[in-house]
Amino acid sequence: MLWGRGLSGFLFAMVAAAAASAAPPEPEHGNRERGKTVFEACNGCHQVGAGARHGIGPHLDALFGRRAGSLDGFRYSSAMRRRGKDGLVWDAATLDRYLQKPRRMVPGTRMSFRGLSDKRAREDLIAYLKAATASAPASNPSAPSPPRPEIGGAAMAIEGDAAYGEYLAGECVTCHQRSGRTDGIPSIVGWPREAFIRALFEYKSNVRRHQVMSMMTANLGNEEIAALAAFFSGLDPQ
Amino acid sequence: MTALTRRCFGMLAGAGVASLAAPSFLRAQGAPHVVIVGGGAGGATAARYIAKDAGEAINVTLIEANPQYTTCFFSNLYLGGFRSFASITHGYDTLAANYGITVVNARATAIDRQARAVRLADGSRVAYDRLIVAPGIDLIYDSVPGYSEDATGIMPHAWKAGPQTQLLKSRLDALEDGQQIVIVPPPNPYRCPPAPYERASVFAHVLKAKGHTGSRIIILDPKPKFSKQALFSEGWEKYYPGMIEWYGPDVHGGIKGVDPAAGTVETDFDTFHGALVNVIPAQRAGRIARDAGLADDSGYCPIDPASMRSMMDENIFVLGDAAIAGDMPKSAFAANSQAKVAAMNVRGDLIESKVFPARYANTCWSLIETDDSVKVGAQYAPTAEKIASTSSFISQTHEASEVRKTNYEESLGWYAGITADIFGA
Ligand SMILES: Cc1cc2nc3c(=O)[nH]c(=O)nc-3n(C[C@H](O)[C@H](O)[C@H](O)COP(=O)(O)OP(=O)(O)OC[C@H]3O[C@@H](n4cnc5c(N)ncnc54)[C@H](O)[C@@H]3O)c2cc1C
Repeated sequence: MLWGRGLSGFLFAMVAAAAASAAPPEPEHGNRERGKTVFEACNGCHQVGAGARHGIGPHLDALFGRRAGSLDGFRYSSAMRRRGKDGLVWDAATLDRYLQKPRRMVPGTRMSFRGLSDKRAREDLIAYLKAATASAPASNPSAPSPPRPEIGGAAMAIEGDAAYGEYLAGECVTCHQRSGRTDGIPSIVGWPREAFIRALFEYKSNVRRHQVMSMMTANLGNEEIAALAAFFSGLDPQ
Repeated sequence: MTALTRRCFGMLAGAGVASLAAPSFLRAQGAPHVVIVGGGAGGATAARYIAKDAGEAINVTLIEANPQYTTCFFSNLYLGGFRSFASITHGYDTLAANYGITVVNARATAIDRQARAVRLADGSRVAYDRLIVAPGIDLIYDSVPGYSEDATGIMPHAWKAGPQTQLLKSRLDALEDGQQIVIVPPPNPYRCPPAPYERASVFAHVLKAKGHTGSRIIILDPKPKFSKQALFSEGWEKYYPGMIEWYGPDVHGGIKGVDPAAGTVETDFDTFHGALVNVIPAQRAGRIARDAGLADDSGYCPIDPASMRSMMDENIFVLGDAAIAGDMPKSAFAANSQAKVAAMNVRGDLIESKVFPARYANTCWSLIETDDSVKVGAQYAPTAEKIASTSSFISQTHEASEVRKTNYEESLGWYAGITADIFGA
């Protein structure tokens, strides 16, 4: 505990120096190390650190001070873009509020994260993000990530038939809304092709565990998964 | 075609059409005409998918008896106080306005298969090139001796959502501590296999919340076992110990009948009295389908497993609860899934669009107590004989409460998703 305070004091000084422009200095309580563990719930969708790119979620580099919904090349929900236009800027206070219950602060956000009710976990995560997001973003954050051939490689090599994907998508949109809204089930609209393919293979092979998804992916072959990825990656959230 | 369409237009104007996309209507005069009878989970999905995917190449008319649709799915959540009635009620305006579907608020009284036309209650006719029949179920009231349509005011079934569901809720809410509820579930096959037991759960939830520790819920089942039995039994034991008693035929010996005036259910074993008796009788395909000769002796309609096309008439498709869908349960999820296969085949017939192999899926969530929901699901593929299950799953007993809570949140997401997929968003 004492050690924690000491570290956060150090962090506070560091952050305050880095963000001298932010008017009232924000108190800093989080533990960066613990925050890194908390971030494991986020890194399936968000990349951070030098060379981070957009994935299912936008990359988080240079997050602090960034206007919400403002990065090029990422397809935000209209709700998030609107909040950014209305002046929402990410800082420790706004992130704290958002992470507590994303859908309450930005109804209509595509981020399918229920929220972190534990205040300390949020502080830890924010402390981690402050340090980790300080690097410069990749030069072209929307470029596809280098392929990871170990999972879904064969499907990634196929050029998916979006028309077939649209038919197959009938099975998905019973739960995952076509509009991109999330109401308890994640949005899959506008996901990058490879992220989509990888996720389905992860469900198929039980790397990601979910009863409905492992059943739904059981009968999907490479053609089908490539077709679905082609269809959903081509959609814009409403 | 033109003359028929004009006649149609005149009739529609009189029958209270929700809205008519006039320009696309005029442009599409030569286009083939698909008529859908029944704007529920199956029929409205089929209408939307055909209209969405065919655009102006096909004229779509949806004939629905009621101006609004209250979903049976989540109606148990309304009974338990988890949802409002308004939140489970949907209109047809979006289908009319955004998809150019002609929504006719009228009851179809007959299908003239020879002339390929549907007759409406006012005597007018609507011609079709392809017809989709999705009327859901009819209740066979006298499958329980002593029960009748008249008795539904005293012993509500609430197996078609609407005023019956509201009546059941008001009766439930008016119960006093110590009063007994009796549920008589239906024999197989029926709409939504786990729903009578989800209903018992939400009844118990309401009684428990009011502190009615003296009340009991007796289930007199004509079946020896039921859907998700291990999960429900575990949940009842955990949340409502001693409150819910389930008896199969080996205990009660058979249901001999009900006496609505006395509020009793008579079995071979004993006569049970309920301050509230919820009778859910046996079921069969909606009358319009049976009258048109689309059903077989089972009371339901045989279909081609690869397309949902009627085995009785190649210009007609039957889907949802009215169809014999092999291993698929009668659920909204299943009806919605079947509708997409039928819609694709209808487009293939009429405008030669590509027809992919049929795929079907289902998942049903059931709420046992606040934040504790269980699920069962399967995928299906057509074989020569039937729609057959290819893979399936079911929730496990002794699951972590976090898993059950996530299931519940997922079910809320499913409801938002499927209703947007059925009625448009
Ligand atoms: C208590 C309960 C809980 C349930 N829970 C779930 C659940 O959690 N998940 C799930 O997937 N399913 C659930 N279901 C099942 C689901 O409601 C049905 O399986 C589904 O509604 C079937 O769809 P359908 O299109 O075949 O019929 P319906 O939805 O009943 O639609 C038929 C429509 O046709 C209309 N119609 C009938 N005849 C005519 C006519 N002659 N002219 C004009 N219109 C006509 C009716 O008015 C109706 O609107 C539940 C059911 C109940 C009773």
